[in-house]
Formats: sequence, C-alpha cells, structure tokens
Amino acid sequence: MLKVRLIPTLLLLDGRMIKTKQFGEYRDVGNPRTVAKVYDAQGVDELIFLDITATDENRHFIFDIIAAVAEECFIPLTVGGGIRTLEQAHEILTHGADKVAINTAASERPEFITEIAKKFGNSTVVVSIDYKKNAEGNNEVFTHRGTKPTGRDPVEWAKEAESLGAGEILLTCIDQEGMMNGYDLVVLKSVTSAVKIPVTASGGVGTIQDLVDGIVEGGASAVSAASIFHFTDQSIFKAHSHMKEKGLSVRKKM
Amino acid sequence: MVTVIDYGLGNIFSVVKAFEMIGADVQVSSDASDIRSADHLVLPGVGAFADGMQFLHDKDLDTVLTEEVVQNKKPFLGICLGLQLLAEIGQEHGEHKGLGWIPGKVQVLDTGDEPLKIPHVGWNNLEMTQDNPLFTDIHKDSDFYFVHSYQLHCTDPKDCIATTTYGETITAAIWHDNIFATQFHPEKSQDAGLKLLENFLSYSH
Repeated sequence: MLKVRLIPTLLLLDGRMIKTKQFGEYRDVGNPRTVAKVYDAQGVDELIFLDITATDENRHFIFDIIAAVAEECFIPLTVGGGIRTLEQAHEILTHGADKVAINTAASERPEFITEIAKKFGNSTVVVSIDYKKNAEGNNEVFTHRGTKPTGRDPVEWAKEAESLGAGEILLTCIDQEGMMNGYDLVVLKSVTSAVKIPVTASGGVGTIQDLVDGIVEGGASAVSAASIFHFTDQSIFKAHSHMKEKGLSVRKKM
Repeated sequence: MVTVIDYGLGNIFSVVKAFEMIGADVQVSSDASDIRSADHLVLPGVGAFADGMQFLHDKDLDTVLTEEVVQNKKPFLGICLGLQLLAEIGQEHGEHKGLGWIPGKVQVLDTGDEPLKIPHVGWNNLEMTQDNPLFTDIHKDSDFYFVHSYQLHCTDPKDCIATTTYGETITAAIWHDNIFATQFHPEKSQDAGLKLLENFLSYSH
C-alpha cells in the first residue's frame, strides 16, 4: 500500500536554514546539511528545500547544499526558489534534486510548466502555490514570497497547472505559515478534490494531529511542516507513530 | 567498473552517489567504448518513453547495449524509465518501439474506479512473485520510492519478480537472465535501495 508522505520543509537564505512567520520575521535556525541528515536518520519520506536567497551571487549556496545532502541522504529531494529557466532546472537536477518546485516563474509564464514537464517528465515538476486572503476576503494566489497578487484563485490555478503538465502541487497558506494553528483545511480540501495529481499540504502545522487532519480531512497525499520539527520535541518518529495510531499507512524505516 | 548511462536529463547524481556509497567504481558516460568496457551497466532515466529511445538511437547506444547485454550477457540494471524502455512497445504519447528485450507493453496506470492520484508517487511495499537474487537480505516489508504514471505489463509472468499495488497490480521489478530492472528508485529508497544495488553488483552471470 502507498504510504502517506511526511516531508519537512527547509527554508534557505544565503546558505543558512531559516524560519519565518507568514513569510516574514526571519530567524536563523541552523545548518541545512546537518538538519537534513538528522531528518534522514529519523526516517522522513522526502525533503523540500525552498531557497529565498535574493541575490544572484549567493545563489550558488543552494547547489552546494543539495549536492552535499544528496551525497549522504538517499531519499527524494524537491528543490525550489528562483528557478526561471530550463537551464536552472537542469542544473538543480544534476546536483541531486529529483523534483523542481516552481512558483513565481510558473505564474508569470504558465507554459514554463509544460516546458519542464516535456523535457524532464511531468513527475519532475512541482507547482508551488502560495495563497492568502486578499483585501476583499477572497483567497488569492500571491507570488514573489507572498508580496505580489496574481488575481488567481488557488483552486483554479491548481487545475490549470495540472492541465499544463504539473506532476504535483505544493499548497501553502501564507496566513497560516509559521503560526502553528493547523492547515487551512477548507482550501486544501477544495484543491485536492479538484485535481487528480498529488497535493502536498504546507503551512501551519502546530501539533502532530494537524498532520493527520491534512490527510484525512484535507485529502492531501503528503504533509509538510517546518516549525513543529525544528522547535518542538515532536520528532519525525513521534509524528509517524501518531499517524499510524490514527490508522494512516506510514513508512517504517527498516 | 559500473557505467551509468547518461541521457543528459534528470538526476543521475544520486545513482552515482549511491553506487559510490557501497564502494563501487562508477563512471557516467554515453560513449559506446565505456559501455563496452564496463562490468555492470545501469540505465537510469526520467522523462518520456519516446525521448529516451530517441536519445539511445541517436547515439547508436541501442545497438551497443543490445550487443553487450543481450549477446554478451553483461549484468544490466534499468531504473524507472530504464525499466520501461526494455519493453517491445511503449504507449506514452503515441505508440513507440522500445529496446524489446522484455516481451511486453508499457501502458498508462489504470486505477479503475478508485479515486487515486496519478502519478503514483511515494513509498510502497512489494510482493515477491519469484525467488531472485536482487532482494537477498532485504526485509520483506521494506518500502521503495516510486514516481511514475506508466507501467510495463510483461507478456511472460516469469520476467516479473516483484509487484506493488496501486489500484492495480504494478510490475515493480524484472529479472530475465542477466537483465534486472526496477520501476522504483533504489537510489532514493534509503538502506533497502542501497542493499538492492549491492545485490546487483554481486550478481555475476
């Protein structure tokens, strides 16, 4: 039976791992290589790296980090942040990433989804969707780390991304991100019901029960979290065993 | 020497690092001479069936590989698309000829009436359908990482040594003479995957 996936997200800035709240309030939380190795040893099912480095001269850090992690951790790695061209996607894949997550570039030029899918296969393309409530109180997709409104509805955008060749969706509710109040289950459910491709829920996990809710109530195929693993004693092991107790099928590290 | 065949696409880095981790000498190449001089051949792969075949054909590697693997019986491991390309026919975006070493067809996953997501992405356990050397000393409940939307239906059930279940029964591993292949990614399946690669290296025809 296919197992539900538990995926820590590692946010990177200039080669360091950081933590944010609602996409702001940056805090340094450590060396991403060390953290990745610990998660790997604890039996995570995959790792997501999102690089928010703004300057070109510091972009090389992400390649160094991914190559170093891929040398030691034999699990799937998804990498996103600033990927705008096929060459950049190719470069990150040759450094050990299995999937590329694209966000702003996909929104600005949706055919980019199809281009990556055609060249590297649909399952290599993860379309990352960040959304929050806009001034009118409607859910709207934002790009550029949550600063630029797109006029898109998250459910409609997920459907379009699927039709353009995305293999997976990474869905992040900006309002919930780092708040540890649980996922936005309403929009999560709408998106997972609307598309046939797997959806990873992201943003807001505060308890290990939130992970279960993301799968059972939200319909996610995979659940991602950051704060809960970085700042609490809720280890991957505890999360996996709680999910199992609640009847979910989880991987047992042999 | 293990030669990992380079398509110029996707994540070959992890395949190389996984073989290095278990102490193998590895080279990445798409040159016929490196395929001829190798002790073990690995065909990884991501992307579409037709592109994969086109690449092998353009570099004339289909001929060299068939000589070395089918005629000279060199141990061979196909991974993911590298398994599917062994089929006679691939039905991804039209009908295309494969290497034809394993009788069968590659078809899109059929999840029937079940509301299952496609691609089949994630960790899944296997059922062994034949005794084989590839899974020696690997715990029977081990999960392996899959990511695919198509599968190879073997004409001869004896070619399929392990299956997994996702709506339907899926060919997870193949063994035919000196030819091995996995639909899952051993290089992304932690300890069980590394053990499988070790078993492949220990195999001598």
